[in-house]
Amino acid sequence: MPSFDLRTAPLRELNRTLHALRPDTNETHWTVTGPDGRHAIAAGLDAPISVEIEGNVGYYCAGMNKLATVLVNGNAGVGVAENMISGLVHVRGDASQSAGATAHGGMLIIDGNAGARCGISMKGVDIVVKGSIGHMSAFMAQAGTLTVLGDAGEALGDSLYEAKLYVRGSVKSLGADCVEKEMRDEHLRELADKLAAAGLAGEVSPSEFRRYGSARTLYHFHVDNAGAY
Amino acid sequence: MCGIVGLFLKNPKLEPQLGAMLSKMLETMTDRGPDSAGFAVYGSDGVSDAGSVKLTLRGPGPEELRGAVTGLEKALSLSAEATERDTHTVLTVPAGREEEIRAWLKASAPGIDVVSAGRRMEIYKEVGLPAAVAERFALENMSGTHGIGHTRMATESAVTTNGAHPFSTGTDECLVHNGSLSNHNDLRRRLRHEGLSFATQNDTEVAAGYLSWRMREGASLKEALESSLTDLDGFFTFVVGTENGFAVVRDPIACKPAVMAETDDYVAFGSEYRALVGLPGIDKARVFEPEPAKVYAWERESGERH
Repeated sequence: MPSFDLRTAPLRELNRTLHALRPDTNETHWTVTGPDGRHAIAAGLDAPISVEIEGNVGYYCAGMNKLATVLVNGNAGVGVAENMISGLVHVRGDASQSAGATAHGGMLIIDGNAGARCGISMKGVDIVVKGSIGHMSAFMAQAGTLTVLGDAGEALGDSLYEAKLYVRGSVKSLGADCVEKEMRDEHLRELADKLAAAGLAGEVSPSEFRRYGSARTLYHFHVDNAGAY
Repeated sequence: MCGIVGLFLKNPKLEPQLGAMLSKMLETMTDRGPDSAGFAVYGSDGVSDAGSVKLTLRGPGPEELRGAVTGLEKALSLSAEATERDTHTVLTVPAGREEEIRAWLKASAPGIDVVSAGRRMEIYKEVGLPAAVAERFALENMSGTHGIGHTRMATESAVTTNGAHPFSTGTDECLVHNGSLSNHNDLRRRLRHEGLSFATQNDTEVAAGYLSWRMREGASLKEALESSLTDLDGFFTFVVGTENGFAVVRDPIACKPAVMAETDDYVAFGSEYRALVGLPGIDKARVFEPEPAKVYAWERESGERH
């Protein structure tokens, strides 16, 4: 079980080593100590390995992640798991702004709170936040699910496309073209799946959540609005 | 871009280490601002009698400063206690004569600026890498109760010492800013009507002046910052110091990064968590991101947040 101390070896060496791993590598479990808020730790991984980071990380941790599981035993800075393709990123503490931004797939779990713009422009990722999320979350979100056990800040889902938002607590305000939608059986099933995948099966009931999505009125330009420009 | 840091001690035992802790924080933020750096330190003791005030003067070099101080003492027949630190000199003078001294310096000592006035606060700022700036003024050896610092990456105006933070527009009051304000011209004009004067065209100086004005009108530091959320337009994360207070606020959009750590011994602020990693007991600190449009303020007497 390889381990890497970022206080004694440079970050570039860690990332270079992780990038060089083949898909069939036997070194599947890595421990990283002394992250000390450094940026881009374990970014760009492309192998079915797991990386456990002991401490707080800086910006873009596990960005562009593919196949790998990255566990952060601490807080994460701006843009954790941004542009993730697949795999799992799990933050045990809080995440700063733009968590899971533009991510295409995989799952991002945040045990604490996420800051503003969580899931901005998400394109298929499943995000589960056990705490609350900040303002402008899921802005222009295109696909995927954002599940929040706590509350959502201002302008949730502004200019949203087809992402599904499930919020258990209060929503301070909805953004343009975001509306509350009926929670049908298929949604309850989908939400139960996501909660189970995040290890929350039996802990919270899907029926406690409300669903928000796009009203689809901004998809095409409406000629009546021409005067507004 | 810019980096800002702040440190407010709750445990007096750490006071001799304030400068050392702050200089490490400042140095870590070099990546965010390599052009110039500045810091304010609130000394543990301050001036010995209530009738005195410390003026931090900045000049081209120690010789010019010495010349100005000698001229000042002769012209106004006063004796000022002077502490030299490279391009800055701290003068302890009778508080009642501050205006007279400022007027004389302005008229008779070109190139010498009064950077700050305070019972406890001293401000130092220079062009150059943060580590070099901290070393020039021996920040590492300074003791104090709280301090704030700034590393600048100039985007809107030239790399000059005048554009470096912190800015001070009131006694023992100073501010560092990450961001940019869009209504500073209008606000500067309005504040001039209220009797404030500004040394630069810098937006941050207007924010400092705004807070000085609000506090002069009776607002607490926390109230002044709360009203800044409606009266200032633009991007900002501010860290503010007063004689006994320390506060942080971010604009409602929260464009600029901020992270804080609190323990029983201190409250620390950094643009990034990296700036905080050298602090004692950081592993067990409560680390959090300050919420947008929410004022976080601490006062020295109680050490409690309110």
